[in-house]
Amino acid sequence: MTLVAFRSVTCIRGGRLLFDSLHLAVAPGEAVQVTGPNGCGKSSLLRLAAGLLQPTSGRIERSVRVALVDDRRALDGERTLADALGWWAQLDRSLPALEAFGLDGLAGVPVRLLSTGQARRARLARVAATGAPLWLLDEPLNGLDRAGALLLDQAIATHLEGGGAVIAASHVPLGGAWRTLALT
Amino acid sequence: MIGLLIRRELRRGLGGSAWLPVVFFLVVAALVPFAVGSDPRLLGRIGGGALWIAALTAALLPIERLVEPDRADGVLDQLAIRGISEDAIAAAKIVGHWLAFGPLLLLATLPASMLLGLDGPGLSRAVASLAVGTPGLAALAVAVAALTSGLARAGALAGLLLLPLAVPLLIFGASAASDGGSAFPLEGAVSLLLVAGAPFVSGAAIRAART
Repeated sequence: MTLVAFRSVTCIRGGRLLFDSLHLAVAPGEAVQVTGPNGCGKSSLLRLAAGLLQPTSGRIERSVRVALVDDRRALDGERTLADALGWWAQLDRSLPALEAFGLDGLAGVPVRLLSTGQARRARLARVAATGAPLWLLDEPLNGLDRAGALLLDQAIATHLEGGGAVIAASHVPLGGAWRTLALT
Repeated sequence: MIGLLIRRELRRGLGGSAWLPVVFFLVVAALVPFAVGSDPRLLGRIGGGALWIAALTAALLPIERLVEPDRADGVLDQLAIRGISEDAIAAAKIVGHWLAFGPLLLLATLPASMLLGLDGPGLSRAVASLAVGTPGLAALAVAVAALTSGLARAGALAGLLLLPLAVPLLIFGASAASDGGSAFPLEGAVSLLLVAGAPFVSGAAIRAART
């Protein structure tokens, strides 16, 4: 069983060929790291997997819900962190996972006052709370400190043990065992 | 789910600057006697139309915050990942926007009518025509906001787009406000058409703007 499968997928963005006839199958418990230079299509691959983009040719089969972290916050700046994450948790019918990313002390802080790393943790906490089997993480380590990176490793390990899967795009090595997909 | 979206729109609408369009509406209404003179008969004749022009220009103010911040911040993408259609998002935005904008505007119609010297029946006609027309105006504002989101100088472009599209609503709305009677069903029809069509136009625009 695969959670998401790319079948001979070609992606052209803005007239530029990013990748051609890409095959990728991700099974439960698998972690795939997408690597490659800037502009090689790592983010586009994640957006394709999320269904936000359509491939130029080929097919993408997705059998489960996904959760995405990218460089945008998607949290209302004027609300407190607990309220902003709580709103998404209500939408996902889940409970906000503030503790998992060491955010309990920031629950009452307005989102607009969070630092880069704190806002990154908040996004990761939202992904962990969704309960979606497939996580799509776009540069998840950006802005994270050492402790944050360790919390992320833990969260990913727990997620994989529970039968989930992760596709992460990252320049820097991530903790744990990853299958690498190198884009050129 | 849709209730959560509507509540969020309402909170965003009331939280920041809900009073801004309303004050703008009152200021435009207050300018009319300065511009045309304070002859009560003249004001009585043009009052309904003046209120409509004030409402139309006030409707321009919130456009920039309706769709673009959610697109730029990734909220629209996060909602799409959760399987919520863009049309449903747009419909929630229209309802939430009207709730934050319509009732306050109707309330402001009372002092605005006084500034224009509209008496009892004239006042009730004006309130009724705005009550029927503002949902259409809110729908149009969301559609224009979705169409211009992500573009450079979206604010100015939105004005150029919204004002001509609002002409049918203005014609029947102002006529209903001045004479009442036969123009009301037509105003209602135009408003209904806008409310029914805008979610699909906005949804398509949001999908097309996705990169």
